[in-house]
Amino acid sequence: MLKDFADYIVYNLIGLKPEAHLGKALNFFIYDSIKIFILLSVIIFLVAIIRSFFPPERTRRILSHKREYIGNGLAGLLGIVTPFCSCSAVPLFIGFVESGVPLGVTFSFLVSSPMINEVALVLLLGLFGWKVALLYIGTGLVVSVVSGVVIGKMRMERYVQDYVYQTKVGSAEIARQSFREKIQYARDYTKDLLKRIWPYVLIGIGVGGFIHGYVPSDFLLKYAGPGNPFAVPVAVLIGVPLYSNAAGTIPIVQALMGKGMPIGTVLAFMMAVTALSFPEAVILKNVLKMRLLLIFFGIVAAAIVGVGYLFNSIL
Amino acid sequence: MKIEVLGMGCTNCNKLYQNAVEAVKLSGKEIEVTKVEDIKKIMSYGVLSTPALVIDGLVKVAGKVPKVEDIKEWIK
Repeated sequence: MLKDFADYIVYNLIGLKPEAHLGKALNFFIYDSIKIFILLSVIIFLVAIIRSFFPPERTRRILSHKREYIGNGLAGLLGIVTPFCSCSAVPLFIGFVESGVPLGVTFSFLVSSPMINEVALVLLLGLFGWKVALLYIGTGLVVSVVSGVVIGKMRMERYVQDYVYQTKVGSAEIARQSFREKIQYARDYTKDLLKRIWPYVLIGIGVGGFIHGYVPSDFLLKYAGPGNPFAVPVAVLIGVPLYSNAAGTIPIVQALMGKGMPIGTVLAFMMAVTALSFPEAVILKNVLKMRLLLIFFGIVAAAIVGVGYLFNSIL
Repeated sequence: MKIEVLGMGCTNCNKLYQNAVEAVKLSGKEIEVTKVEDIKKIMSYGVLSTPALVIDGLVKVAGKVPKVEDIKEWIK
């Protein structure tokens, strides 16, 4: 139905030819934009409601004194449903560590929470289909568990800033929300988020549409194809400064995949965009000494590169 | 009555502070709104996400920015 609508606008109303580059690009742009915005509105709203049942205080209770492996896996899963914003990373980190959540388990949470987020999932689902979306969730969980387990094994507790273990965490009751308040909050949240990301989504889909229509189809195979061993690490390095802009980058990456970028490189790039960011590093510096901060980013980056190579070699 | 806004100075924390001040102004009451930016003090309230709004020692909201009308309702 959406396809018919896009066809009608581009080929009948505007009168472009379906064979023409411009017609193809414009059709793609209209179709994808409408589809993505419908999906974004519905899924962000649902996710906001689900998340209201998993406040970080509850997640902390579940993870407290859990053993490694099981704890890391749980932390990765809870990272998906617990709302997280890098501006609360400091109180969250202190609260977790103080109440007996092991350091490695805390890191598993800190990896999966920003990486597996609703905006990235919607774009993956809408543009790549459910298989790639599931692959992203699955490999994201693996990266978060592996990174957390490795850091846990390294016994890095002394590289946490000293004051963290001396901070007393209170146990104030947080006022409960009624279901009506939750719905209302979810609606406001969806509106705010859409207001913030819509220009990036449109620009991303626009650039993606341009690539679809104009760039020759095996253009990237030469440079970023499976034959180039540096493609994955380079993709990760490019992804870091694009931090948290999944909305704008995923449509472009989708178009690049159509031009020969292999799936492993695609996954690694998107994970670098969502999980590794400079602003988050600056915030985490408040609770981590430099050494642990570097180790944390190094391990996550290495795990992401590993995922990239793995999927490039098996798919 | 006392209102405290917990947060280490992020954009959302400032927005919440402004909303609280605005709500107090609209309510016509004499209520002091203070910012709590010290992380140790923030933690003593037991919140894990900021910004948070504390009214008379009770954490009303954590991790989101309530609207002016909501805050006005709470301080009535």
